[in-house]
Amino acid sequence: MVSLTINGTVHEIDAEPDMPLLWAIRELVGLTGTKFGCGLAQCGACTVHLDGVPVRSCQTFVGDVEGAKITTIEGVDGNVAETVQAVWAEMDVPQCGYCQSGQIMSAVALLSENKNPTDDDIDAAMWGNLCRCATYQRIRGAIHETARRLEA
Amino acid sequence: MYARFPKAVGNLPKLPTSRRGFLLGALATAAGLTVGFRLGGEASAQEKPAVHPFQPYIAIAPDGKVTIYSSQFEMGQGAYFGIATLVNEELGAEWSQITVEGAASNPSAYGNLALGGANQGTGGSSSMATSWERYRKAGAAMRLMLVEAAAREWDVPAAEITAGNGVLTHASGKTATYGEMAMKAADIAPPDEIPLKPASEWTQIGDASLKRYDSKMKTDGTAPYTIDLKLPGMMTAVMIHPPKFGATVEAFDATEAKALKGVVDVVQIPRGVAVVADNMWTAIKARDLVDVTWNEENAETRGTDEILAAFVEQSAAAPAHSARNDGDVSAAFAEAARTVEATFTFPYLCHAAMEPLNAAARMTDGVLEVWGGHQMPDLYQYIASEIAGVAPDKVKLNVMRTGGGFGRRGVMDADIVAEAVEVAKALNWAHPVKVQWTRENDMKGGRYRPAVVHAMKAALDADGNIIGWDNHIVSQSIAMGTVFESALVHDGVDWSSVEGANTIPYHIPNVNVGVTNMQSPVPILFWRAVGSTHTGYAVEAFMDEVAEAAGKDPVELRMELLENHPRHSAALALVAEKAGWGSPLAEGRFRGVAVVEAFGTVVAQIAEISLPSPDQVKVEKVVCAVDCGVAINPDQVVAQMEGGIGFGLGAILAEEITMTEGVVDQENYDTYTPLRIDQMPEIEVHIVPSEAAPTGVGEPGLPPIGPAVANAVFKATGKRVRTLPFSRGMAA
Repeated sequence: MVSLTINGTVHEIDAEPDMPLLWAIRELVGLTGTKFGCGLAQCGACTVHLDGVPVRSCQTFVGDVEGAKITTIEGVDGNVAETVQAVWAEMDVPQCGYCQSGQIMSAVALLSENKNPTDDDIDAAMWGNLCRCATYQRIRGAIHETARRLEA
Repeated sequence: MYARFPKAVGNLPKLPTSRRGFLLGALATAAGLTVGFRLGGEASAQEKPAVHPFQPYIAIAPDGKVTIYSSQFEMGQGAYFGIATLVNEELGAEWSQITVEGAASNPSAYGNLALGGANQGTGGSSSMATSWERYRKAGAAMRLMLVEAAAREWDVPAAEITAGNGVLTHASGKTATYGEMAMKAADIAPPDEIPLKPASEWTQIGDASLKRYDSKMKTDGTAPYTIDLKLPGMMTAVMIHPPKFGATVEAFDATEAKALKGVVDVVQIPRGVAVVADNMWTAIKARDLVDVTWNEENAETRGTDEILAAFVEQSAAAPAHSARNDGDVSAAFAEAARTVEATFTFPYLCHAAMEPLNAAARMTDGVLEVWGGHQMPDLYQYIASEIAGVAPDKVKLNVMRTGGGFGRRGVMDADIVAEAVEVAKALNWAHPVKVQWTRENDMKGGRYRPAVVHAMKAALDADGNIIGWDNHIVSQSIAMGTVFESALVHDGVDWSSVEGANTIPYHIPNVNVGVTNMQSPVPILFWRAVGSTHTGYAVEAFMDEVAEAAGKDPVELRMELLENHPRHSAALALVAEKAGWGSPLAEGRFRGVAVVEAFGTVVAQIAEISLPSPDQVKVEKVVCAVDCGVAINPDQVVAQMEGGIGFGLGAILAEEITMTEGVVDQENYDTYTPLRIDQMPEIEVHIVPSEAAPTGVGEPGLPPIGPAVANAVFKATGKRVRTLPFSRGMAA
């Protein structure tokens, strides 16, 4: 058994320590907003926060994260997250939407650390999040717009 | 994605003949029904909510919730939103009450009118074209019936009732919501005449500020995809496919895998071996423990270097089949003052959609349900019924939105759907089963954009006029040997191999376009923008070479040759104006231009580039002009241009599927590398105003970006990129 604290709730799950956090979140806890895209930490669709830091849950193993505070798209909250999500929808960023949970988790982490990210900051923070629909221009625009609103 | 055809080519799709009697029967019935609007349609195999007086297109519940049943599959391109916009332009419901669901199993109602009408399908950027009249009329009919119901209820003339924002209002002050009147409206016969609003009265169509109704659910993790499906007792299966295309299972040993806790079974199906477990991770772990012996007797054992070398060699010979023959090309070349020649080589490409392929199947009391991204539902329903051994009307398709598609969900043998049904069947229908591919399954699984070679020649007279054009296309045919062959292949020419090449808009007196079909077990498929992904590049990059040889400006030369194509020249003129073609550029910046028509939409682009290093290009900015007829959702037209440019740019810069001795070299996004955010240029989109019926935007944004960038690279380096991707071609 492994004990995971996800979105403020403690879950006792029946899993080997080598199980990727992604599959524990999706299939054992039942939160499906976090997506599987590659299994190799190459696409970022599975991004969650570990004590506020974005990690790829497909390459994070449940045995290593007991006691950590895990946050998924379902549980992300606060002013930064809510503004990011609102701006994302207002600007119609998503197309297929599949990668967007991961994009938003990365964007929230960026804006929580950096109130006014430059384009280079955005490239660095978002590089690991693939969007096959190529919504990148709107992602960039939504991050800048969120920064403006948070400053206002 | 299958294509939208010139009328002369014939209608699509013709589904299976002979032993596949079911579909032929359905087609015969459907033939006369799908022209124009028909409210009602045949009973659907799909059960709809209890309250659905406006089947098969719209249902309204007493609480006012409006459900629109979409014939078109949603893979991110915004088809659901577009259809909802068409309905609501006429219906006047509250947007907050509207949802859209995928529908299936009713070809007479959902047949794609832009593709011949007989069968349901999404492709060729045709969703708005097929929906344009149908869904506006459905919305208008619903409004008329609601008004009539209120008129009867209140005993007032219908003409005195207005409808809008989900409310019916009479001059006397009486009001009722659409929901309150829905059941009464269900008893009213659909109107015979369904007038549509004139364009001058549109409030939704053409409104750039109208937001997608489905964006919010894609920002909070609640939008459901097939991968998220949960069914009681459902098992997850992962696949082991042959390492080489055309190989088959000789034998397998799953002793160790089956010993793993949570593994239900390991079964052989025609496409490989499936490892079935109670969760995905267990299935993945167990997969590594299965030992499969393959029979590679009929497998492709060549590498892509050998395959492409054979294509290039073949391209120097005469084409096997003619796709266009105007004038006398031989004479033109004989009398030419000079000639220009170039050979372009294009790799296999993977769709690599973010959601790896999946589908789920469950048999309950003789009814088979299949969940998935059903891009060609009628065909999938039939194939599923054949595998399961049940009648087609005992197959219920649940159409899910997917995490991308780009053509990969429209497969003639229904691959992932077939796998799900095969695996469930191999387990004697004991469990609902979801087959979930891993990224490695996806990348090594074939169904690629075909590798292609274009041999191009142009003849110029002494004044630099183009007097001859010769284009030999060497590729595998997508449609041959499939259910699409009779519709797409004529006299050896697969329309999807030559579209854009045999239809070049330029006024040239002598034109020869030919094709030679090569054989390989490597499975290929429609890939976003299909033939235009390579024909657009070859034609537009070569046109730039010809302009250079003729000493003419690339935009001016095109404008001269487009005299009979006003939509092309208008888009080109607009993009040239907006990009400031001819104006001075900042130090180290260079421009290139291209204009391509795909699926009836004309797109012109000007790319502005810089060179961080001599063999590396950075696209700084793209200005794009698009003529897609009426822009139903202008901001989504912009979004699809942005997406098409990003998708196409990733492909030309660094994407390729290669094989070594028949084994695909790429397994994941570390070696197959789509565009990332730092490579995304600034994109500016201009829509050409139009009153013409809409064409599509899901694909046509893609083809011009490659040649526009290649032509800018020439300006910067004097080098022509004729081998794709650029990661190869710029180093060459």
